Amino acid sequence: MASVDLQNEQSGIEFVEQSVQKWGRSPSALIPILQDIQQQYRYLPEQLLTHAATALELPPASVYGVATFYAQFSLDPKGKYLIKVCDGTACHVRKSMPVYEAIRKRVRLVDGKSTTEDMQYTVETVSCLGACGLAPVVTINDKVYGQMTPDAITAIIDMLEQQEGEV
Amino acid sequence: MIQSPAELQNLRDRYAKGMAQQKAGILVCAGTGCVASGSLEVHAALEHALKEQGLHTSVQLLLEEESTGGVTAVKSGCHGFCEMGPLVRIDPEGVLYTKVKPVDAADIVAALDNGEPVERLLYRHPATQQVFVKESDIPFYKHQTRVALANCGHIDPNDIAAYIAKDGYQGAANALSRPPQDVVDNVLEANLRGRGGGGFPAGRKWSIAASVDADQKYIICNGDEGDPGAFMDRSVMEGDPHRIIEGMLIAGYAIGASQGYIYVRAEYPLAVERLRQALSDAEAWGLLGDNILGTGFSFALHVKEGAGAFVCGEESALIASIEGERGMPRPKPPFPAVAGLWNKPTIINNVETLANVPDILRRGVDWFKNSGTPSSPGTKTFALTGEVANTGLIEVPMGLTVRDVVYTIGGGIRKQMAFKAVQIGGPSGGCLTEEHLDLPLDYDSLQQVGAMIGSGGLVVMNEETCIVEVARFFMEFTQNESCGKCVLCREGTRRMKEILQRIVDGQGAESDLGLLEEVGESVQAGSLCGLGKTAPNPVLTTLQYFEEEYLAHVRDKRCPAGVCPGLKTFAIAAEDCVGCSKCARVCPVDAISGKVKEPFVIDREACIKCGACVDACKFGAVVEVA
Ligand SMILES: Cc1cc2nc3c(=O)[nH]c(=O)nc-3n(C[C@H](O)[C@H](O)[C@H](O)COP(=O)(O)O)c2cc1C
Ligand code: FES
Repeated sequence: MASVDLQNEQSGIEFVEQSVQKWGRSPSALIPILQDIQQQYRYLPEQLLTHAATALELPPASVYGVATFYAQFSLDPKGKYLIKVCDGTACHVRKSMPVYEAIRKRVRLVDGKSTTEDMQYTVETVSCLGACGLAPVVTINDKVYGQMTPDAITAIIDMLEQQEGEV
Repeated sequence: MIQSPAELQNLRDRYAKGMAQQKAGILVCAGTGCVASGSLEVHAALEHALKEQGLHTSVQLLLEEESTGGVTAVKSGCHGFCEMGPLVRIDPEGVLYTKVKPVDAADIVAALDNGEPVERLLYRHPATQQVFVKESDIPFYKHQTRVALANCGHIDPNDIAAYIAKDGYQGAANALSRPPQDVVDNVLEANLRGRGGGGFPAGRKWSIAASVDADQKYIICNGDEGDPGAFMDRSVMEGDPHRIIEGMLIAGYAIGASQGYIYVRAEYPLAVERLRQALSDAEAWGLLGDNILGTGFSFALHVKEGAGAFVCGEESALIASIEGERGMPRPKPPFPAVAGLWNKPTIINNVETLANVPDILRRGVDWFKNSGTPSSPGTKTFALTGEVANTGLIEVPMGLTVRDVVYTIGGGIRKQMAFKAVQIGGPSGGCLTEEHLDLPLDYDSLQQVGAMIGSGGLVVMNEETCIVEVARFFMEFTQNESCGKCVLCREGTRRMKEILQRIVDGQGAESDLGLLEEVGESVQAGSLCGLGKTAPNPVLTTLQYFEEEYLAHVRDKRCPAGVCPGLKTFAIAAEDCVGCSKCARVCPVDAISGKVKEPFVIDREACIKCGACVDACKFGAVVEVA
């Protein structure tokens, strides 16, 4: 997770530099570099996007175009727990939306927001996590939970918070 | 380093012998589904139990010590029967244990000695209560023919030697000993059709690329698998990555490419990890790199991670994505086979297409054509999901009927409900109804009824599924995923979604149906790539086969399946309500209020009609009112 201090712009730039070293300076390195940044910070901080553009000698607009085209990239910071509710076909017909609503209720998300004020939770829908046999499926920070119900997922979040209280 | 076909053969024999020396092999499914159900803990518990009993070994150890006995416990790819996971199989007998928990480990290990399988973990047929010991006798498995999935669940995907022991890389050795044109001809003759959806003969594509002169050519494996509700390619990439590498190696040799890319969907981190491992093992063993098997042929592979865009499954968009751009399709021609990645001749094949190639080269064209139908030879994998009793991953000969798949293999509809429809081919496909139950599943038969095999997602729906809502769901998906290049696709899918939204909200008019058809046909006609060309299919097929249901929505303002929120209201029957407050607690919008032990009431204005209260009430007091 965000082990590099975002306030410290220098370290962010160094991170991008390292990534550029790894993937090279050709345009085809852009997506892997953005993936590195996304993985590290869980979103794409604007100043790092600009830096990636400079490093690859690409117009910032093209970089922005790529960053907004792909669903994997986010320009907004994500909560500590990233909860993805699958709404692929298999999950949809096995009633994934009530599960989604239950999560939003549990973490108190209102008015179309997807991240809580305290930056604890981000709740999103995705189309197919590839575990359709266990529909409906939810992932929390990449851990997969199958055959979910509104009650079951609420209990899981309860448990997360309990663990959080213990540390 | 394996330096010749003879060395490969030696290694195969040696390792197969080692496998045969063990007393038993335990295979714990480590596919995404079973991992989610806790299979890694099961594996750890089994290893622990084996060590306690002094039974634990590895094939490597058996070979080094020239000993026999002992039991290996390995993590394999997906066994397919995800519904019953975590799954554990005991070889060589093929005993299948279902829903295994770590506490069962001791009993499973004890059963290896006394020969009596652990009865409580065996699969019990839900309808007949018959208990099955062997995996191969269970109806779910019995009617399958596994080619692409042959090793999935049967080997440790991280063990290249295990793949070689199953005759892995023999197809490549065969291919590399013959002229490239021979290999192209073989695949052409086998009539291997693209499993990624279109069904275009792989051999035809290969011969085009083979005949072009170029200093550099590329092979791309399309592992984007964007169809929501499909996970066949994922399972092959995770469960048998070397099969894909071998397929690409053969394809590369056939067309004269020395470089290849495997493009994997962003949502599949485990597949990326397994493929990377497999690539580096294959390189270390000399099966990728320079002068493979001493034949002088050199081939290098790279893994590319997608970044989450459905349209990147389309060939030219995929190429743009590898080049670092937005994944937008380009007009064809020129076809990628002539000018693709970095303008070089490029062959793009689907994961499953490539996974079929090694066996065609090893076992021959006649063997391949033995299964399937004359125009669609071979097998096809399907992800069987939705309201079917046995969800999971299957592979069957082409031409099996929908009924065979849903009832014989799938075990029918869950909870004894009535079959309504099966959605095939994902967002590009269509809905089939009861009247299509005896339709053979092959490329041409499906095309005739307006559907398509697509990648192979089969989502079964029961009487509680609203077809109109499903159509809306697909339009929302394609509208979201349209790259925005073509006006008709970008705007048309949006308008279609809006119309469908209106209908499910209870505000549709009868004229909307004609409008849907008109817009749908324009989107089909005016889009550049397959996304737009096929996006209206789920709507157009359902309009055709479920007209009554659409009419009920727009004319009678009624959703026969009782799904559409806009067309129903909930109320609490005071005489049945005991005042337990469960409904109020599950309500996501706090629309239910009342005093404990007195009847509760629903605020109809605030209610979003999600139905959570209906499911929560143990007394059946929440009722739908028209
Ligand atoms: C919108 C769209 C999405 C596609 N998605 C995939 C996909 O996820 N996987 C795939 O193999 N083919 C997909 N295809 C088909 C590919 O363009 C291409 O035909 C296929 O990969 C060729 O391989 P094959 O001949 O082996 O099937 C898609 C096509 C379109 C138009
Ligand atoms: S549809 Fe939800 S995991 Fe595939």
